[in-house]
Amino acid sequence: MTATDQPNPATRTTMNPTILPCGDSALVLQIGETIDADANARIIALNAELEARAIPGVEEIVPTYRSLLVRYDPEIVRGADLEVLLLDAFAHQADTRDAGRLWTVPCLYGGEVGQDLDELAAMKKLTTQEVIALHSGAEYRIYMIGFAPGFAYLGGLPDILHTPRLLKPRQNIPAGAIGIGGQQGNINSVGGPSGWRFLGWTPLRTFDPARAEPFLFRAGDRVRFRAIGADEAQELAARSSAGETIIQPEPSGERA
Amino acid sequence: MSVEIVSAGPMLSVQDKGRTGLRHLGVSTAGPIDAARMALANALCGNPVGAAALEFAGPAGGFRAKRPVRFSVTSGGCDIRIDGRLVAANESHRLRPGETLAIGVPQGAVWGYIAFSGGIAIPETLGSRSTHLRSGLGGVDGRALRAGDILPLGEDDEDAPCLRPESPLRAVVRRDGPVRVVLGPQNDYFAPEIVERLTEEEFTITPQRDRMAMVLGGVQLPSQRGHDIVSDGTVPGSIQVPGSGLPLVLLAESQTTGGYPKIATIISADLARLAQMPVGAKVRFSIVTRDEGEEILLADRRNMRALLAGLVAKPEGLLRSEYLLSCDLVGGIFAPEEIVQVASSQDGGTLR
Repeated sequence: MTATDQPNPATRTTMNPTILPCGDSALVLQIGETIDADANARIIALNAELEARAIPGVEEIVPTYRSLLVRYDPEIVRGADLEVLLLDAFAHQADTRDAGRLWTVPCLYGGEVGQDLDELAAMKKLTTQEVIALHSGAEYRIYMIGFAPGFAYLGGLPDILHTPRLLKPRQNIPAGAIGIGGQQGNINSVGGPSGWRFLGWTPLRTFDPARAEPFLFRAGDRVRFRAIGADEAQELAARSSAGETIIQPEPSGERA
Repeated sequence: MSVEIVSAGPMLSVQDKGRTGLRHLGVSTAGPIDAARMALANALCGNPVGAAALEFAGPAGGFRAKRPVRFSVTSGGCDIRIDGRLVAANESHRLRPGETLAIGVPQGAVWGYIAFSGGIAIPETLGSRSTHLRSGLGGVDGRALRAGDILPLGEDDEDAPCLRPESPLRAVVRRDGPVRVVLGPQNDYFAPEIVERLTEEEFTITPQRDRMAMVLGGVQLPSQRGHDIVSDGTVPGSIQVPGSGLPLVLLAESQTTGGYPKIATIISADLARLAQMPVGAKVRFSIVTRDEGEEILLADRRNMRALLAGLVAKPEGLLRSEYLLSCDLVGGIFAPEEIVQVASSQDGGTLR
């Protein structure tokens, strides 16, 4: 775990929120302009507070790294009034730090999907085993789910593994690919093009619209990776494609 | 009850009111690019405005039904034929078993809609029938429709009348004037003279467009604070500016979060008008406040409700000019009202 990627329960920094308009039906409440675990924890706590308040006219709430987007229906609540309600919720949100659920994600390192593993090791002057140990030794925070259905943005990647994206994105990266983009890690939820570098693949389906619970992760959860072999990957993949949820999280706890 | 796709254009997809409440899980709304036109298509068929219908760009394709249905097409001056016989857009018509409906390319618009009475009744995915092409979600296997696809239809009252607007349809969307935007959320990334460029210069609609976004050309908007932000939430209408400086307008199928600064957001009432502009068209922007944008949205919804509430039954006995022109009128007609009377009296109760 790095010092910056999990909220520090000892500090409760004062963060001044800014409210920005996002057209005629959405507002953004923002704290800071950088990736910061404390700011992210405040955003996720505010999300919970707003869900609990169930403000009429609020249609969707999207927590991201350091801001929260609220879509509203101006026929029910006007933006000017909603700004006041948002600032009040921010000032009075419950003073809790939910540590998030901890997921242990099986990962088959290398192979066809983890095509960049060896090259990354060479770039970093490490052995392949050292890269695997670094990647699977860290605990990651899911800062947000975004871009595509169930796509998890992970913070907590060890500094030495920070690597720029490819200049030219590849066209077909499969679901389950586990990679690195800049300072972030990810777990691909759906197949598609990507300029990230990929170290491995998980048979876990983080998004499966046919499953009773289509989405596994939510923002604020924590993730660890567990290296698995090809046989176990194949067995888990079979259970996964049968619609089974192959891992269970450790429950979240209050940290404050 | 179902509709068979006999032939399909490249961008024919099932859409409904869209998927709401899932943006925090990375799932965007999808739904129609032009919700007003789709609502009208549905209402003309007696469907709820958010029922599932078909969206198309370019040629729509050919369609057949197993039982009599009503359908309507809303899209500029589209070529619509039942077994070769031309019928009008923006009103509903009957399609009988064995007849083939052929729908051409929207004229003066990009996105068109086809509704069938009863609505398309494919199973819902995450609460909606809308197709999200990029992630392969919803619709029929998450893809554009193909020849041979069979689409089930919902319950329908076969005796219900065909409908048309009460008075000649004024444009469902405004056709003139600049497209209005609300500045933000990241307009402070841009120098004041660059923000001025947004309203002082003319942008061009480029061919780089799909259901996700459209790229505008002609004017560059370089950011003085770089073109990377810590990714945050986006909405349809967000004007993102990537490193090229060429603005990118997000549409119904956009990603839910993004890492480019957003100089402004197009107001809801004007977004479809922009999306309906053909490639090569010129567009100007003007700035309104958030409060003004909300007022415009509320007025726009009132107008739309009035339009939909004002639909009237078409007098089906009355022979329309395109029908008369398509007939082989041997001997000619010098008193067309006589034919009308005969046809009306046979039709009985549908003249409401």
